[in-house]
Formats: sequence, C-alpha cells, structure tokens
Amino acid sequence: MSEMKFKTLVGLEIHAELATASKMFCGCTTTYGGDVNTHCCPICLGLPGTLPVVNKRAIEFAIQTGLAFNAKIAKKSKMDRKNYFYPDLVKAFQISQYDMPLCEHGHVDIETASGKKRIGIERIHIEEDTGKSLHAEDGSSLLDYNRCGVPLIEIVTLPDMSSAEEAGAFLELLKSTLEYIEVSDCKMEQGSLRCDVNVNVVSEDGTVKSNIAEIKNLNSFKAAMKAIEFETKRHIELLERGENTLKETRRWDDAKNETFHMRTKEFVQDYRYFPEPDIVDFEIDADWIERLELELPELPEARKHRFISAYGIPEYDAGVLTSTRQMADYFETLVNSVGDGKLASNWIMTELMRRLKDEGLELGALRFTVEQFAELIAMVKDGTLNQNAAKKVFRRLFEEGGEPKAIVEAEGLVQTSDTGLIKDTVDSVLSANPQSVEDYKNGKDRAFGFLVGQVMKASKGKANPQVVNELLAEALKNL
Amino acid sequence: MAITIKDVEHVAKLARLEFEENEILAFTEKLDAIVGYVEMLNAVDVENVDPTYHVLPVKNRFREDEIQASLERDAVLTNAPDRRGGCFRVPRVVE
Amino acid sequence: MKNKMYEWTLHEARQALRDGQVTSVALTEAIFERIEAVEPKIDAFITLLKEEALESARAADAAFARGEDLGDLHGVPIAIKDNMCTTGIPTTCASKMLENFRPPYDGTVVAKLKAAGAVIVGKTNLDEFAMGSSTENSAFKVTRNPWNTDYVPGGSSGGSAASVSAGAAYASLGSDTGGSIRQPASLCGLVGLKPTYGLVSRYGLVAFASSLDQIGPFTKDVEDCAIMMNAIAGYDVKDGTSIQQEKPDYKAALIDDVKGLRIGLPKEFFGEGIAQEVKDAVHAAAKIYETLGATVEEVSIPNAGYALPIYYIIASSECSSNLARFDGVRYGFRAPEFEDFNDLFAKTRTQGFGEEVKRRIMLGTYALSSGYYDAYYNKAMKVRTLLKQDFDRAFESVDVLLTPTSPTVAFKIGEKTDNPLEMYMSDICTVPINIAGVPAMSLPCGFSEGLPIGMQLIGKHFDEKTILRAAYAYEQHTGYAQQRPSL
Ligand SMILES: [Mg+2]
Ligand SMILES: [Zn+2]
Repeated sequence: MSEMKFKTLVGLEIHAELATASKMFCGCTTTYGGDVNTHCCPICLGLPGTLPVVNKRAIEFAIQTGLAFNAKIAKKSKMDRKNYFYPDLVKAFQISQYDMPLCEHGHVDIETASGKKRIGIERIHIEEDTGKSLHAEDGSSLLDYNRCGVPLIEIVTLPDMSSAEEAGAFLELLKSTLEYIEVSDCKMEQGSLRCDVNVNVVSEDGTVKSNIAEIKNLNSFKAAMKAIEFETKRHIELLERGENTLKETRRWDDAKNETFHMRTKEFVQDYRYFPEPDIVDFEIDADWIERLELELPELPEARKHRFISAYGIPEYDAGVLTSTRQMADYFETLVNSVGDGKLASNWIMTELMRRLKDEGLELGALRFTVEQFAELIAMVKDGTLNQNAAKKVFRRLFEEGGEPKAIVEAEGLVQTSDTGLIKDTVDSVLSANPQSVEDYKNGKDRAFGFLVGQVMKASKGKANPQVVNELLAEALKNL
Repeated sequence: MAITIKDVEHVAKLARLEFEENEILAFTEKLDAIVGYVEMLNAVDVENVDPTYHVLPVKNRFREDEIQASLERDAVLTNAPDRRGGCFRVPRVVE
Repeated sequence: MKNKMYEWTLHEARQALRDGQVTSVALTEAIFERIEAVEPKIDAFITLLKEEALESARAADAAFARGEDLGDLHGVPIAIKDNMCTTGIPTTCASKMLENFRPPYDGTVVAKLKAAGAVIVGKTNLDEFAMGSSTENSAFKVTRNPWNTDYVPGGSSGGSAASVSAGAAYASLGSDTGGSIRQPASLCGLVGLKPTYGLVSRYGLVAFASSLDQIGPFTKDVEDCAIMMNAIAGYDVKDGTSIQQEKPDYKAALIDDVKGLRIGLPKEFFGEGIAQEVKDAVHAAAKIYETLGATVEEVSIPNAGYALPIYYIIASSECSSNLARFDGVRYGFRAPEFEDFNDLFAKTRTQGFGEEVKRRIMLGTYALSSGYYDAYYNKAMKVRTLLKQDFDRAFESVDVLLTPTSPTVAFKIGEKTDNPLEMYMSDICTVPINIAGVPAMSLPCGFSEGLPIGMQLIGKHFDEKTILRAAYAYEQHTGYAQQRPSL
C-alpha cells in the first residue's frame, strides 16, 4: 500500500457576481456596500405578489463568458427554482438553472510546468445571489439583503486539474478572462468572486480512490491552493492507512491553514428543482450570439501573442503584461506614447511592477499618469536621462507624483553628452587613478569598469554612459 | 403506492411543517387519498409528449439593465417581526 | 332603473354620475350603508376602507366638477380580493400568516384601478391563500351566499362574489387558479371572467399557482365585465408572463348578434357528477343560442377527465414553493417561541397556516421531491400538453365552448369541509380552462330552489371578445342578470 502513487483530481465551482448595473430581476443597484438594506425593493425582498423579470444584460454576460471559454451556447434555456430554507434566501428558493444551463462543454488552456493543459468547463449557468447574515454580539444574526438578487454566474469545471498549481493557474486565467470581457470585477474581498474546490485522489492504477471532499470558504486563490495541498495530503494519508475520506463538505480555516468538517453529503439536499413558472424560456439565436461575440474584446491569450509579435517582447513578459486587462491596456497606452515596446515593457516589468508589489498597490492608485510615465521613458530614449537618473525620477514619481521634467530639473539630473565636458572629466579621472590605468594596460578588464564608474561619479551621474565609454576607451588607447 | 406516516414525516421536514402525533395519522390518510386520486394520471401515455411549463409560446421576456429606485429602509423593514440595526433579526445563523 | 342605488349595475351607476344625478360621495355612502346592513349576514369583507373610499369619492367629485373624466370606473365603488397587494393596507390572504402584513407597494391591477379613479371600498374574504371552493378556509370568517346565507358563496373569491351579489360593491376583482372566479360567480348569480393567462398582470397578486393564476372581474352583467376588462387588461413590464399585444376595446364586443357563431358542447363536461338541473339549464341556454342563429354541436375534450389530478399536482407543487417564503423573518406571523432558525421556520409555518394550505404544501412538496418529480410534476405537465391540444382541436371547429360552471348550485356551509376530494370536485368544469390557459366566463343561466345556476363560455386564447359577444347576446334575451338576492 505504501508504495502506491496517487494523482490528485481537482474540480472547481466558481461563483462570480456579474457587473450589471441593476440586479437580476429588479432595478435595484448592484453597487457594493451602502447602508444595510438600502438596495432592496419588493422584488428582491421576495415580498408576496412580486414577480421576477430577467435582466437581459445578465444573460448576455453569461453567454459572453461561455464564448470566452469556448463553450457551446444553448439554443434553448430556462430558469429553474432551487428550493431550500435559509434566512438569507428571501423566497426560500433561488432562481437558478438546473438541466438547461446557458453554456456547456467549454474549455480553456492553462500553462503548467510541463506545458499547456486543457481544462474542461462542464457548464456555466446563471442564478441570483443571496443576502448576508452578520453576527450580533447577543448571539443573534442580522440579515442584510443588499446583495440579494445580484446576478451570478456559476462556472463548474471538470476535475481536470491535478495539483494546487494547476488550480491556481486556472483561477488566475479565469479571473483575468472575466475581467477582460468585463462581465465581473472579480473582487474576492467583496465576495464578487467565490470559489469552492472539489478534491480527491486516485491511485495511478485506478484501483483505490478517496471520496470527493468539497471545500468552502476559500477567500483567496492562495487559500484554494493551500486547501488543495492540505486535502491531497490528508486523502493520501487516510488511504495509505487503509481508511477513506468522508463524502463531505469541509471548511477552510485561514488562520490554522487547514480544513475542517462542516457536514457530510451522505444525505443529499433535496432541492426540488422545477422550471420557474414566472419566467418564460430563452431562445438564443445565432444572430444574438454573433452580436455578443463581436462585442467581446481580445482575450488574454490572443493579446499575449499579439504583444510578442507586434512589440517584440519575450513570451514571459507578454504573459505577465496580459495577466490583467488593466495592465495590458496600461502597457499598450504606454507603448503608443513611447513607441518602443521593449523599453516600455522593461520599465513596467522591472520598476513599476516591483514597486506596485512592494507597496501592495493597484494600477488605478498610481500618483502619476501613464503620459507622465511615457515622458520619463522618452527622456531615457533620447538620452536626456541615463538609467540611474531615470530610476531616481521614477522613484519620486511613484512616491510623490509630479511632472517628470520638473523633477529632472529640480534634481539636476539631465544627462550630458557634451563630449568636451566629458573628455575633461575622463582626463582628470585618468590622472587621478594611475594604478587602474596600469592594471587596464596589463589586461585587467575590470579596471575599465572602475574607471567608468569614477567618471560617472565625478559627473554626478549626469554623463551619458555611452559617451563615457567611448571617450574613455579612446583616451586609454591614446595613452 | 400508498403514503406512509414516514413519508409524511419526511415531507413535513422538507416543507418546514410540524404535525402532532395525533394529527399525523389523519393527515396521512387524507394525503394518501389525494395521492391515490392523482395517480389516475398513470394511465395516460405521454411517450414523446413535451411538458407544457408555459401555456403561451412567449420567449425571451427581458428587462433592460436599468437602475430603479430602491425602497427606503423603513419601508423595507416595516413588516419585520424583529429588527435591529437596520436589519432583520433571527436566531444565530450557523454555517 | 332600480330605485335603490346599490342595485344598479356599474354602468348604470357610472351613467348616473355622468348625468350629475348622483355624486360619487353619495354613491359611496349608499354602498357603505348597504355594507353595514348586509355585512353582518354575509361577512364578505376582511378590511373595509370607508375613510379612504370617501376621500377617493370626494376626489372624483372634484374632478367631475373640473370636467375631468378618467373613464368608466371613475368614482365607482369597487371591492378587491384580499390577495392583491395594496400599499399600506393589510393584505392578508385570509391567513393568520399575513394578518398584519401591509405591503409597501400596489399590485398592477390595484394601481390601474386607482389610476382609473375607482373608489376602493375594501378587501374581500377568500379561502386562505385562495385555496378552496367555499370561502370556508378563511382564517378570519366564513362568507355566506347572499341568495341563502346557509349556503357557501363558492370560492376562493367568495367575498368578492358575495359583495357584488349583495350590492356591497358595483364590481370586484377576484383571482382564478382553478375556478376561483367562475365558480363563486356561478353560485352567486354573477358574471365572472377568468381572462387568458397573461392578459392581466399578476404583479401584486400573492401567488398560489403561478402558471395558472389570473385576475379577473365579478360584475352584475356582461357590459360591466367589459368595462372592468378595459381597465385591468394589458401588458405589464413587471410581469414576465404578461403578453405584449394591442389592447382591444372590450366594450366594442358587446354585440347582440350571434348569427353564425359556432358553439361547441364538450360532452365530457356533461357527464356523471353534474347535477341534472345544471345540465338542463345549460342545454336550455344552448337552445336559446340556436334560436338566435348560432349553431350548436357536440365536441370532445377527451382528456378533460384528467384535469383535476393535473391541477392538483401543478397547483400544489407551485404553491409549495410560492408559500415557502412565509418563514417569519421579513414579514407576517412569527411564532412566539423557537429554538433556532430552523425551528423558527417550522413553528411559524405550522402555527401560521391553516389545514388546507398545509395539505397542499405537503402534496406539492411530495410531488416535487427527489424520485417523484417525473412521476408527478413532469407527468402532469405532459398530460397538460394533451389537454391543451384537445382545446386547440375543439376550437378548429367551433368559436366558443359552452359548459356548466359548477357541477351543482351552492352547497351548505360545512357540508364538504371534511372531505377535501369532494370539495375538489367543485372545480371539475373550471380547472381544465386554467390548465389550457384559455379564457372563460361564468354567467347566470337559471335557478334551482332559489339558488343561481351558472354556465361557462370558453374561448380561444385572447378571444375574450367572442365570449363577451356570446354572453351579451344571451343576456339580452334572458332575464337572469336582472335578478338580485333579497337580503
Ligand atoms: Mg449555485
Ligand atoms: Zn430590488
């Protein structure tokens, strides 16, 4: 038994709130936050006598999601009622889709350490969100229905992922795709993207397998990945001991970094699904699908390949730059002003992303405009600034904002390519460092670098390094 | 197929209804009579017949994605049996 | 014209208002005088709105003084079944569950009546959540038949029927899921129309069975019915099953001419269980149509016998879901003692619902539960298809169908309360119509031992006009619409 090798099977169920202006069945705003119970009306409160009328945009967003994930769009579809009692569910049924989801049989390719891997998408359906319960100190629960009735898509994958990394890669791609096509803002911290994990392990010969555990309360992709790792280990350990896991729902504890038992699935909930009598069927014709397809922006994968060919940047960089639509848009705007893909890419990949990461900032929170950033890079390109000086300017831009030209002036950073001036500096550096000159002549290449540094230092970093190189080499040759 | 007391207990649980011991037998009998009656449908051949969920051939009734005013919170809570801090109050909801 | 104001028809009352013969306030006061006189005997209302009604009446009189005219309902007292939402006014569905529920919104039909200047006098009694055929299932009171107060008025819209029959309103609104307008109209000697599914908005009607429910009017005669239909029919963006089409003028259908009209008598509606005097009255009506130049032929609705089981499965299943929201959290009754939230739900629902409501919720929950869905709900929906096709086929050869409305005249209070199945049989002629979604009207066609007999005219989808024409012609040549109970 202990020799047995196992492979992990991971399937995901993702709920994403759609970025419509109004709710699924009523005109209440979907804006996040607001005072409790102020984004509610008779319809989303499920008051007796009210009826749902479907938000067309929500259906279109779901179809576009299906298109982005290469799914088959249903020609006929309908809504169903999923009946269960819970305080956050105002009608005691959720209007969802049961046997005729809007999209089925999709797939998407993720990058893994061993190359591309195709992950199957079983279905994408539409449904409504529930309210929230907040806990009061006296032990009771308080219900806020502001989120109640916000449209959701539920995306269900096949169990095609075989590791936490693959699940992570899928989730990143999913998120960036949903953001790209602007159907969801995917803010996990606001609950607009939620993910449940189904995981089990199976022996390589297929003879032994654990029962599927469903993990809930995963509040980040990292948590999802850690939970998968934790579960994989737990399942293998149990199987190796000759035991098995329960068919159960477990909950991730982010503080303890472990999952714990919530409820068994031995008795499946009886949701008594039936077709929603208050909503007539959907018929989705080819024209409608075509129109929605035309509305779709370029997807991350396509954009990545275009970046590689159009701007001559490496595949890795193109991947990073297209990981979010915001970043890709930022890059393209920058390239348009700078006119040099590689330069723009380098600046974003090194300086900008590093600082964003360090400060935990979003692109939207930058203190400078993309035009100002372009101005700075233009000064590098035309030789006004050398690399070091430009980095100094960038630092000030990032920390305080301001006009790049003004910063350059204030700090006296303009690069000089004045050969006369640089030649004088070279001469004085050479006379001040006879030992290094000697070393250089004896073939020690490192001495050249040292001398360049000395010239740059004497010029307070303003000298154009290329000119310094040339003049120094010439001077040494002439000695 | 006859409805048993156990069926009634199970269905009552699903429906969040409770029946006293002494009512449950009478209730089971009445329900059994009704179920027995509706099983008349077993005699109908419905092979290749589609169900009629909607009696009229209307499809694709949508509304545009437009925001409309929500209720004032007082109106939202006006019928609440128990409320607190702008919310509806219930016994603790545990996951 | 009758000498007592409350005996007028709606159109007579409206004409009197237009002629300046009477004010809306005087009309409304006369109606409330009548209500005070008869209400102790018939118990038609759950909520009376005298203050509000007089205020509307004053507003109507002021508008008339300015030369305004909002139409045929302006200034006329109307009653509404208490399962239609009215802003700030209790909407109880005759259930303990909603005893104190005051909706923060008006249902579409209520808004339409208000916009038409109608004077709403009160909310009428019904079987709890519209489940029943006698109005004995109300949590608050038993409504009595104005023709004989020992008898039921029919149900579930018994209060709406009794109020108009007794002269306590010129017209009223009811809802009809399996006969809840037509059967009480029949038992109370009124005209009652269940419109085509989708013609009148259901927004604001507390749902019983969503795929069957329709709102419709009770009136003293056919012309009043057309007036009410003009006010309430039409597309509503808030009801995703309401139909977008040009709105007909139903008054234009009031033509006293049925020459060449093809009337079908579906034989399955005249079988066992239909009282002989009812069959005789309907056959007599068919004879009258023939003398008026219509042709009458026997037709068949072969699956009509399955209508009741189909109905009970569909209606119960849908109601089990529609009534699940009554959980004591956001509105309505809440049990005083409970342990946790599941206990709160169960205790609230157990104490808040009456027996018939619980029975239907249980049947529906059972029919939808795992393992039974295909055998019950889906099966019923398939047989529904067959029944609908029967009607389609029948309407290939005839323009309207003529049947009894109720298998018997009114029965005694308490007579059927212990036997739900027997009670369900009251709807045997009316449920097939809801299942097929077609329109149908009940109108008086005779009496038996002082109790009214009703006949049912059934039309094609959206062909209310042919029903109205056939009913109008019949009414013009018979005297039943002029009969009033002596209370
Ligand atoms: Mg879901
Ligand atoms: Zn709303």
